[in-house]
Amino acid sequence: MAFEPKEPQKEIKYQELRIYSDEELNNYTEEELKQFKIKHDIPDVEELEKGPWPSFVADAKREALRRRKLADDRMLIDRDVVEDMLGQLQLSFDDGETHWKHGGIVGVFGYGGGVIGRYSDVPEKFPSITAFHTLRVNQPASKFYNTDFLRSLCDLWEYRGSGLLNMHGSTGDIILLGTTTEQLEPIFYELTHELQQDLGGSGSNLRTPSCCIGKARCEFACIDTQDLCYELTTYYQDELHRPAFPYKFKFKIDGCPNGCVASIARADMSFIGTWRDEIRIDQEAVKAYMAGEIEPNAGAHKGRDWGKFDIQKEVIDLCPAQCMELDNGELKINNQECVRCMHCINVMPRALKPGKDTGVTILCGAKAPILEGAQMSTMIVPFMKAEPPYDNIKEFIEKVWEWWMEEGKNRERLGELIQRFGLPKFLEVVGLPPAPQMVKIPRENPYIFWKEEDVPGGWDRDIKDYRARHKR
Amino acid sequence: MALSQERLGKYDPQNPQKDRITDLGPRHFWQYFPPVIQRNYGKWAYHDILEPGVMVHVSESGEKVYTVRCGAARFMTVEHVREICDIADKYCDGYVRFTTRNNIEFMVESEEKLEALKKDLASRKFVSGSYKFPIGGTGAGVSNIVHTQGYIHCHTPATDASSMVKAVADELFDYFRGMTLPAKVRVSMACCLNMCGAVHCSDIALLGYHRKPPIIDHDIISQVCEIPLAIAACPVGAISPDKTPDGKKTVKIKQERCMFCGNCYTMCQALPLADKEGDGVTILAGGKISNRISEPKFSKVVVPWLPNNFPRFPEVVQAVKKILEAYAANANKYERLGDWAERIGWEKFFEKCDLPFTEHLIDDYRLAYDTWRTSTQFKFTDKAWEVSKAAGGID
Repeated sequence: MAFEPKEPQKEIKYQELRIYSDEELNNYTEEELKQFKIKHDIPDVEELEKGPWPSFVADAKREALRRRKLADDRMLIDRDVVEDMLGQLQLSFDDGETHWKHGGIVGVFGYGGGVIGRYSDVPEKFPSITAFHTLRVNQPASKFYNTDFLRSLCDLWEYRGSGLLNMHGSTGDIILLGTTTEQLEPIFYELTHELQQDLGGSGSNLRTPSCCIGKARCEFACIDTQDLCYELTTYYQDELHRPAFPYKFKFKIDGCPNGCVASIARADMSFIGTWRDEIRIDQEAVKAYMAGEIEPNAGAHKGRDWGKFDIQKEVIDLCPAQCMELDNGELKINNQECVRCMHCINVMPRALKPGKDTGVTILCGAKAPILEGAQMSTMIVPFMKAEPPYDNIKEFIEKVWEWWMEEGKNRERLGELIQRFGLPKFLEVVGLPPAPQMVKIPRENPYIFWKEEDVPGGWDRDIKDYRARHKR
Repeated sequence: MALSQERLGKYDPQNPQKDRITDLGPRHFWQYFPPVIQRNYGKWAYHDILEPGVMVHVSESGEKVYTVRCGAARFMTVEHVREICDIADKYCDGYVRFTTRNNIEFMVESEEKLEALKKDLASRKFVSGSYKFPIGGTGAGVSNIVHTQGYIHCHTPATDASSMVKAVADELFDYFRGMTLPAKVRVSMACCLNMCGAVHCSDIALLGYHRKPPIIDHDIISQVCEIPLAIAACPVGAISPDKTPDGKKTVKIKQERCMFCGNCYTMCQALPLADKEGDGVTILAGGKISNRISEPKFSKVVVPWLPNNFPRFPEVVQAVKKILEAYAANANKYERLGDWAERIGWEKFFEKCDLPFTEHLIDDYRLAYDTWRTSTQFKFTDKAWEVSKAAGGID
């Protein structure tokens, strides 16, 4: 099995693309780094160099020193940017307030997203970061890389930007932190022409979709998460780059109900891999777990002595559907009652596997608290096959978008719109029948919004007719 | 062709459309899968965590891939990325992967390479002594703390992110390198409730929060903001139109209505909220995303506010430790933090974690009623006796 890009992609070769020589890449010694002081006094920031966890300050100082020692013509934005950024961080600690200005509209021609304007509000103290914009670079699905690509990106970003970045931002992009307005277009040009690499989403756009590791290295994955992620990302490039939505919209794709990319909490549309046939059981492996020959839960608990594995207590009794039992040493699962929570599979991955008839459950409407409180996604489509070219999924997406773009208010997320109109209205819009799976419990109040057409004879009645039967 | 080195590269500002390439999307994933991953795609049979941070995945074909997971500060430099590349080139044929929680994963095909890789990673330290590539973040432990930009690169934060995460991660380091907890614990951090990090379903969530209503910059508000948008931005209707003494258009704010969400500032730069004394940290606990055993759930506010005590946030660190240690000592195997709190009851959670319960923790926003107890089923703790005394019910 292999997947292909839509358009052939050239191989990225660092040796052909590189900007810096080996000598330039090794332009400071460990001793110099130990002695190195940045131009600002940053005692509280430097305190964060201590402790065992990787220190972002110690790391930033390396880059600061590198920039000090590079020749003047070997970088196109100010050499002091890292030192000024650290200096401004110290000032922010002192003041208990951020020193970045509110927004600022910058971007690359023809795109309404992917670049976020950033300006210091103390440019007289930290002149090199007066303008210090962010670029979001769309990560490859599930964040595998080769070093040719990463090294090339590093050279580009050190030469035309600060050399500071996030691997990765919360939504999934590589975040390049800090460059000037002048360098935005040249960076975009190099990205697209030399690295065949596009920017990600920001603003009222489709945001960069992301997915879990899926079948690349996980036995639980029910769907091709990377392929679906890539397909939706490339198919909806216009929506990703040109703001046409009421607000942001996120797709996230989890391969199974364990939910490693948190789609149910973070995505306006969450795709979660699942199955509709039976959990596959290897009874010999079940026996091996029971006999203590295989460590439960793939060894996740081996740091503490939890005693001998007890399948009754640790699996059967914890099943939320209570659909399992041991029958003469054989594990029996009543799959009709199973809610696919993954617990038994997680505990005994060598014995149990998800079924083979797989697809996605689609849930809608998750978001963080802004504006009217956090929401998780609501279950809308119990099961949908997820196979290329994913036309069934695209059809569903477009119905949802059409309604949201028509009815959504400025900065209203899909989840809020569904709340405002009600879930029944949403089902009508996407043309789906209601099902008890969509609710935790049926409504507890009788305030049903009956429609006129629901009631025989309609709502138009004559008071005289009524009074003929009932005196005032 | 080499990357260009002229100031504007090959970009021509006089003719921005010339040779423009757009809508390429991301690089395709398949080329970045190591060969062993390509060969065994969709064929993985099972995995084992050999030790904290080290996994082996075994294919139906019998092939194996060993993964070493390392923590990382998500804010890093090209120097660090190059060092990651050096390691990937030396041991992993030039492939490397990052996880959703900002960990770095190096994959190798043999145990010999695995041992050499582990040794190399463990030996790399920054000059100040902190690990560059601590191995861990698997199984029943604390994985990397995801977070947002904070003072490093954002205009709305109520606290800093990288420093708080560094301080907490230093303290929880052994939980990252170990698997001694009842289940995995996901700690997440967002520096305002815009929550770029969407931390609201985490076992422990750290959240920057403002406590002072916006200041109105009357001089510029009518020039830099769409006033009707700023008014509409307020979810509690606290902002209304007003005029300055000299007749300029501005807004007024019913301060007692403000819930400090900051949405007005997002919409209008003339309404800043940030304030040294006002801003601080809220701690939420007991959320989860996985559907395992129990349904996904929101985190609940368990500490209403702690000060922004830069750079190491000792109060925050201590509160997180208290929660984590009480959970570690009391929860059952497989039980997530929120499941434990629900089983014992939240009244017991506050007692076990030794956290004060204040009026701030009782919901009085919309749908608050759903969180109020409407039954006689509860457990007596000191807090219950306090109320009973206050009511004159007991001496």
